Amino acid sequence: MSETQTLRQWLLTETPTSRRHAKLSALYQGWLSFRSNTMAMVGLGILIALILIAFAAPLLAPHDPFSQDLGNRLAPLGTDGHIFGTDSLGRDILSRLIYGARITLYIVALVALIAPVAGLLVGTVSGYVGGWADVVLMRITDIFLAFPRLVLALAFVAALGAGIENAVLAISLTAWPPYARIARAETLTIRSSDYISAIKLQGAGPIRIITKHIWPLCISSLIVRVTLDMAGIILAAAGLGFLGLGAQPPSPEWGAMISEGRRFILDHWWVATVPGLAIFTVSLAFNLLGDGLRDVLDPKAGE
Amino acid sequence: MTMLDVNGLNVWFGKNRDRVDAVKGASFQVGTGESFGLVGESGSGKSTILRAITGLAPDWSGIITVDGTPITGKKRPRGFFKTVQMVFQDPYASLHPRHSVDQVLGETLHLHGFDDIDGRVAKLLDDVGLGQKFRFRYPHQLSGGQRQRVAIARALAPEPTLLLLDEPTSALDVSVQAEILNLLADLRADRGLTYLMVSHDLSVIGHMCDRLAVMRNGEIVEILDVDALRASNAAHPYSQQLLEASL
Repeated sequence: MSETQTLRQWLLTETPTSRRHAKLSALYQGWLSFRSNTMAMVGLGILIALILIAFAAPLLAPHDPFSQDLGNRLAPLGTDGHIFGTDSLGRDILSRLIYGARITLYIVALVALIAPVAGLLVGTVSGYVGGWADVVLMRITDIFLAFPRLVLALAFVAALGAGIENAVLAISLTAWPPYARIARAETLTIRSSDYISAIKLQGAGPIRIITKHIWPLCISSLIVRVTLDMAGIILAAAGLGFLGLGAQPPSPEWGAMISEGRRFILDHWWVATVPGLAIFTVSLAFNLLGDGLRDVLDPKAGE
Repeated sequence: MTMLDVNGLNVWFGKNRDRVDAVKGASFQVGTGESFGLVGESGSGKSTILRAITGLAPDWSGIITVDGTPITGKKRPRGFFKTVQMVFQDPYASLHPRHSVDQVLGETLHLHGFDDIDGRVAKLLDDVGLGQKFRFRYPHQLSGGQRQRVAIARALAPEPTLLLLDEPTSALDVSVQAEILNLLADLRADRGLTYLMVSHDLSVIGHMCDRLAVMRNGEIVEILDVDALRASNAAHPYSQQLLEASL
């Protein structure tokens, strides 16, 4: 019997011998069922590649993303030294895309940290406590939901000033209400269940019940929703960039790059198309990943 | 000695026009070490009595005394749950789907301030007839009978003296029902527990209990002991009807 086989058997055992063993075993089984979903693996692969590219940007980029070469502006695809061509100031588009991956990841990571956590807090507290807290929190959520998302984000950015941090903040502020709604709906079904009654009978307080018993059941559906929303978040950031309210030039944000290329879209289509394809690929990757995660994390599927 | 004294208990749900009276003027006493049954059809209010005692049904009036201490209002003091524990009807609903057996029992023991949690979890699993191999299983990896054993282990964890059993076998297969009932009988004998058991099954009550109360529409119509039940010696016409139906 080879070493790898025994490790595999150790991970797949029916009778774990310790807490750590049980946890690793559960993780491994989740990974196995995730791995069998080819499309989700493709999505995960693209995202891992994006993360690696963002980290290794200075090594990978053939040129400085900010260095201009006005003699060589709007070079077409496949030009020597500029595979994706150059933009209106003669900057290498490939290098700008590679550096832009960092900005995209930064936006995605920050929004993914702020919005679902805020939504989870508001939703579970509102659902579990009920009464006045529920009414107040849900009416606030309704107010945020009533505005079109991009318009609200525009208003926030206009008030806070243009820039990537404010764009992230504005997107987060407009993104949390759906999470709050989902978390509240789940909490309402969970809070009247017997296992919550059972832990109440052990003397558990509301904070323990919300954080240890309700959150674990809400988080899986929120993670899925976040990955599915990621595409929308990237697009919203790109949209703000396109409108000139997100990342400011010369920052190589993908939306801002499309916005710049718009002026030449008829004669020099690649300037806008290449960053558009990058946004499309990453959005698609998040959607595929979200689909796969839903299959793995859905507690009902495990039964 | 009286372990549980319920006097003139009313329980209702809703307010004003929507108010539904689930229990009306119920009174009974359960002696220490006794096993007392509550029998009645669905909706007769038998489970509601248990929920009122544990504080899960907030609106009630009357006097409930547990081990000499009267209880009041919605909240129960922490120590209350060291004396009184409850086993729920449906073991498929009473275990957290994302918590392993070890987490369920470990958290219960932690909440009651025990140390040596590892050793106690192992002992509880042995006590309810589940081996150590079930320790890190999740509920969906267990059968109905195994789940109910975990739920019983959880109820036993704080070492209570009064155990409230809400139809503990009605969601299980017939063959498994007998196993669980025998387990409960053994545990009572070993630990000197007092049982208050709700069931709609007279044969279960006849097997498990010393005395029983027959409930109908939220009222207790008759209290009789199990010998009278076996001899079909019920005084109230409704009890007679129930007895005939169960023969």
